[in-house]
Amino acid sequence: MGNFTARVRREPRYIDLGLCTACGICANYCPVIIGDAYNENLALTKGPHRDYVQAVPASFYIDPAACLYLNHETCQICVSACQAKAINFYEQEETVDLEVGAVILAPGFGRISEEVLSTYGYGRLADVVTGMEFERLTSASGPTMGKIIRPSDGQHAHRIAFLQCIGSRDVSCGNGYCSSVCCMYAVKEAVVAKEHDPDIEISIFYMDMRTQGKEFDYARLRAKEKGVRFVRSRVAGVQENGNALEISYVNEAGKHLKESFDMVVLPEGLESPGDAQSLARAAGIDLNHYHFCSTGSFVPLQTTRPGIFVSGAFQGPKDVPESVTDASGAAALAAEALKMVRGSRVESKEYPAEIDIGQAPRIGVFVCSCGTNVGGVVDVKAVADYAASLDDVVFADMNLFSCAQNTQEAITEKISENRLNRVVVAACTPRTHEPLFQETLKNAGLNPCLFEMANIRDHCSWVHAAVPAEATEKSKDLVRMAVAKARRLEPLPEQKLPVTHKAALVIGGGMAGMTAALSIAGQGFDCFLVEESGELGGNLRHIRFMLSGEDPRKILQDTEERVRSNPHIHVYTNSSVEDVSGYVGNFVASIRTPEGHENLEHGVIVVATGGKPYEPKQYLYGKSTQVVTQGELEERLSDSDEAKRINNVVMIQCVGSRGQDLPYCSKICCGQAVKNALKILELNPSANITVLYRDMRTYGFMEDYYQLAREKGVIFVHFDKESPPEVTEKGGRIQVEFVDKILDERVILEPDLLAISVGIVPSRVEALSKILKIPLTGDGFFLEAHPKLRPVEFTVDGVYLCGLAHGPKPISESIVQATAAAGKACIPLAKGYVTVDPIVSSIDPDSCIGCGICESLCPYAAIKMIKVGKKKKAETISASCKGCGICAAHCPTLAIYMGGFTNEQILSQIRAFGEEL
Amino acid sequence: MGKETFEPRIIGFLCNWCCYAAADSAGVARFQYPPNIRTIRIMCTGRMDPLFIIDAFSVGTDGVFVGG
Repeated sequence: MGNFTARVRREPRYIDLGLCTACGICANYCPVIIGDAYNENLALTKGPHRDYVQAVPASFYIDPAACLYLNHETCQICVSACQAKAINFYEQEETVDLEVGAVILAPGFGRISEEVLSTYGYGRLADVVTGMEFERLTSASGPTMGKIIRPSDGQHAHRIAFLQCIGSRDVSCGNGYCSSVCCMYAVKEAVVAKEHDPDIEISIFYMDMRTQGKEFDYARLRAKEKGVRFVRSRVAGVQENGNALEISYVNEAGKHLKESFDMVVLPEGLESPGDAQSLARAAGIDLNHYHFCSTGSFVPLQTTRPGIFVSGAFQGPKDVPESVTDASGAAALAAEALKMVRGSRVESKEYPAEIDIGQAPRIGVFVCSCGTNVGGVVDVKAVADYAASLDDVVFADMNLFSCAQNTQEAITEKISENRLNRVVVAACTPRTHEPLFQETLKNAGLNPCLFEMANIRDHCSWVHAAVPAEATEKSKDLVRMAVAKARRLEPLPEQKLPVTHKAALVIGGGMAGMTAALSIAGQGFDCFLVEESGELGGNLRHIRFMLSGEDPRKILQDTEERVRSNPHIHVYTNSSVEDVSGYVGNFVASIRTPEGHENLEHGVIVVATGGKPYEPKQYLYGKSTQVVTQGELEERLSDSDEAKRINNVVMIQCVGSRGQDLPYCSKICCGQAVKNALKILELNPSANITVLYRDMRTYGFMEDYYQLAREKGVIFVHFDKESPPEVTEKGGRIQVEFVDKILDERVILEPDLLAISVGIVPSRVEALSKILKIPLTGDGFFLEAHPKLRPVEFTVDGVYLCGLAHGPKPISESIVQATAAAGKACIPLAKGYVTVDPIVSSIDPDSCIGCGICESLCPYAAIKMIKVGKKKKAETISASCKGCGICAAHCPTLAIYMGGFTNEQILSQIRAFGEEL
Repeated sequence: MGKETFEPRIIGFLCNWCCYAAADSAGVARFQYPPNIRTIRIMCTGRMDPLFIIDAFSVGTDGVFVGG
């Protein structure tokens, strides 16, 4: 640990990354046509290609299996076609030894084999497609531009069947686990297909609808509203029937049925990566019995080898939000391992001092041909000549490739030769190239904000290829507008705000809070852990045993001990946060402790306030001693003598959840029921257990235990939301009455014990939501900044989220989230400063009338009202501002200035547009 | 003005994060569309001040497109 050598094999791309401009001319000229793997071979591509337009790096590579030169030493057309001279057939495979202190394994997932898919006619019947293929068909940028057509005849598909659990929950193919994501992605694909064509009829054939993620059930219900049909069934097979595909299936009542469709989609599950075993050998780690990475419930991101961590689907099938969370968590663990050498390999660059730009604008315009990308359509010389004729333009020229290294140097020279103090580059998009040119300005001693781009490629030559004269006119207009804005550009300082308090505040002392605190401390920072109750541990205190076998009590004890003995962690029990002021890097929290009030200074905040069990009133809970919650049952089962006397048990799932009091799924209750059922059978193998459920959501590897419970004789009976079981009391004994659909009869059981599975509700959220200005979902859990891209952050900078406060989830997922939140929270602490983009708002206190409109509208809590003398004034918290400009657009006195997007600049662009009308 | 000869001049305000990016993607995918729009990049359509729209019409714009 801490000292690895990783030997990496790097395959040649045959196209120089530094020279390739991604213009695509090599692909145009290449004579070799191959299947486009990214589009699941539903489209064609060429030997040189990039997998998709957003691929990183944004450069082409040559498929060595397709290339005529690499295989037959002929052709080489691409070499002469490439104007950037980027093709290099001399590139060789390289082996690189990397000296590293930690390793993160993120190889993703593998694909279900065609052999398994062929069970459902895939490969034999053209209109049986995989979920991945269907995804490409529904994509607007896919091979059919979003048209859902049958591969066999190119006709629109009108009736589509989705068959769930393909290569998942299927012991016959060796994949007993549930792939966790397929139900949700089938629902998504069904909805997208309906959006393309509302008349498409879609039926999803499923065993259990496992949409257990945060707010996923809402998506499932929306799909139902849109007319997607959900059929609980087991599918036996797919046959050809004339022009259609016939599905035979068994419905819930046990009836054998047949139905015809135009197209059948197999939303395939997630397999372990194809190279899992060789990777495991190379890394020296263990795999589980399904060849995914072996981890533990309480150490979900750690492989069996210290210092090697795992993230994403290699750890187990999971969706994007969880994979992204894993990634931040694994990075946090690596940061803990590398704490001692942090920053030791950072190189910083020196720039010349900024020159005085004087008063009058001296604008230089560089018009880019981009090879033939612009020049092939737009008359670049005419645009450059036109630019030279504009007021204040003292220099205008054209370049073949403006972004090339030698052109950058030439631009630097032109800036000093012509004493330019504003630069306009008419080329591609500022979204990718502005930073590069701003760097050039810095090298020339100009402030980077004295730069403007006109996008004459992506927004012009590429999209108006057939009308070169109009494209040239448009380019002139765009250049004139850019010059008009450039005239009004001003140097803006690059602000760095110091993180003055290099400590974290963690709110909530449950397993999530303790995990976050330990990771923050492990990364070398102080941490205040504030817990409202008198003890640490939260819900974990009530967990007696785990499905996966670990001893939760011992783990709780160890964790608590590590927290209490860590010199970096300061624990405040019986304490609560009453107020927080400041912003990222500079927060002050006022907390109430048993001793009084205390102010804590810190730079970041982790919210880990947890959740609590729903308090049921249904099913005679609280009225009959025979009715207990699963949590209470777990408690009883820890006393094995009492447990041995339990003979007949009925469990009811989703009590209060999924459309009763709580609209959402609590994600943990199905696993809890299976856990308790197995425990009862362990203590008393002759016990009779019946579980009444809506959908058994034992996703991922939990499915093994569901399977085991069924094998051991636990009876699982499904009920619909509309006809829940009824519980009555007769003569001091409870009776549970429900419909068994296979028997088609009402069944009455008289159990010794009725265990009801209750969900999780948020706790202590409202006050904190107001104090920290962090939003809540409709269900009352905290709302993250973005479910996929920023799953453990808030829109308010410096505040992070983990555990049940984010939504119901099992303990292993809470631990991952807590580690991820700690990883994110330590970024500003480790950097020691927060960079502020020059585009942030600033408010002129003389013009501000203190109305507070801007403060109320700012989505990032980046404006605060301050008192100046007797008047209220708005002030921007630069560290939190994202530069959106909502404040400026609504300020009644135009007191707000947006860096690089001022009213004057935008109005000058509009007026320049109008000049030629 | 005849339908055939009317070529509207449109000014577009595009959010940097979505619509401007979408216009870039349209370029990358070589989607062809009429050359009547001139774009101004803003960091969010929340930046749109009604003044910009009025000003655009006052200088003779035929249409204003706000994408975000």
